[in-house]
Amino acid sequence: MKEELIVSGRNIPGVDPHLTLWHWQIPLYLFLGGLAAGLIFFSSLYVIMGKEDKAPTAVKWASFITPIALVIGLAALFLDLRHKLFFWRLYTTIRLESPMSWGAWTLLIITPLSFVWSASYLRELVPSWDWKLKWLNDFEAWVIKNRKSLAWLMIVLAVILGIYTGILLSAFNARPLWNTSILGPLFLTSGLSTGAATIMWMSRNHEEKKLFGRIDLLLITIEVFFIIHMFMGFLASSAVQIEAAKLFLGGPFTVPFWTFVMILGLLLPAFLEILEWKGYKIPAFIPAFLVLFGGFMFRFLMVEAGQLTRYLY
Amino acid sequence: MRYAMAVDTKKCVGCSDCVVACQTENNVPLGYARDWIVENVAGTYPKVEMEIRSERCNHCENSPCVRCCPTGASHIVEGGIVLVTPDECIGCGACIEACPYDARYMHPEGYVDKCTFCIHRVEKGEDPACVEVCPTHCLYFGDMDDPNSAVSKVIAERKWKVLAPEAGTKPQIYYLI
Repeated sequence: MKEELIVSGRNIPGVDPHLTLWHWQIPLYLFLGGLAAGLIFFSSLYVIMGKEDKAPTAVKWASFITPIALVIGLAALFLDLRHKLFFWRLYTTIRLESPMSWGAWTLLIITPLSFVWSASYLRELVPSWDWKLKWLNDFEAWVIKNRKSLAWLMIVLAVILGIYTGILLSAFNARPLWNTSILGPLFLTSGLSTGAATIMWMSRNHEEKKLFGRIDLLLITIEVFFIIHMFMGFLASSAVQIEAAKLFLGGPFTVPFWTFVMILGLLLPAFLEILEWKGYKIPAFIPAFLVLFGGFMFRFLMVEAGQLTRYLY
Repeated sequence: MRYAMAVDTKKCVGCSDCVVACQTENNVPLGYARDWIVENVAGTYPKVEMEIRSERCNHCENSPCVRCCPTGASHIVEGGIVLVTPDECIGCGACIEACPYDARYMHPEGYVDKCTFCIHRVEKGEDPACVEVCPTHCLYFGDMDDPNSAVSKVIAERKWKVLAPEAGTKPQIYYLI
């Protein structure tokens, strides 16, 4: 027998009997941040390559989702803060060692840029649109002229945003399930995949729909490889990480993880995208919805399960 | 200067006096605790071993809570004491997630709170409240850089361990075994 009990009485909300401090707000933000990163990545990429007409949805229409996703994500983050009135303290310092500080500053830049980006396409959506003020019209003209430079800035920020949503968790050495450096690339890939799926869903252009179906298929393949790699790494690691992996390999998170993330969120949409490639008629919203659902469930389960893992002594 | 504490697990009886002293001294809200008692029982009768530990923030030298803090509210002051400035804390909870010892909590007022090694007493040359009240004298406090401090002496004499050394945090609470 080995038993370890706190005998002095302690019933701290969010900490005892085990950590339940972060709820739906954090995974929702991680999901929306990843989605925004994916959408910005593809719109910037096609502008940089000069192939706007090959991917009109990616470049123009899907970019209207980005600021909405970021604002909802930021609102979720704000809801999670318990000392809300002091949130501005994030912006009185730059803490290079803290992923959260990196994220806060990245969001401060990328959120207004995403508004500017989509606003510069508003005239194409509503041809009669007029900004009324002269300086706004001048600004729009300037943005349109310098779109390529802006795209370079946005693509770098999008990669930082996508990777940081993973590093945010992987930097916590105290939570063995999160403490793997593969989480950064994994969350970035997943974010790009949700972005590609959204573009595929929204696109009315047959060629573009097909293109983003293929891109998403490739990203799903990489993601599945990363997830297998993550579990292999855990099982070959220390006792605490073996215990962490067991949560998904026989433990209480096995059924939700393999059903919602692996099968419904990755394998089924990949299968549907392959069928579509082979010429079967598959409505794009089915694989797209599954990818988005799987992307959210993955982050939700990782955040919940990670808080159960800890060092034993 | 490097403040540290030693806990004699052979002398601790788990009376929780240190817990109550801390709650009173630091006005800790009801249900919350900056220090606590852990009872560890291992083995099968008749070969059973019990260890009782008075635990608190380890004031780690390589403190993950300070590293992840996005505002710098979590910081280390002279003597290695890890503190939180309430007016800089946004209550994001990153440091609570980062602590391998679950030593931090969200104060009902929204900021993160934890053991301060009773810095307000230490600055006056007194011991922390928990050390002062311990009826079995199983807590030792002092400066590790001073070979004549209570903590330096007892660590030099006795066998000791720290909690979760594999977490790489270089904790500064030493458990005498």
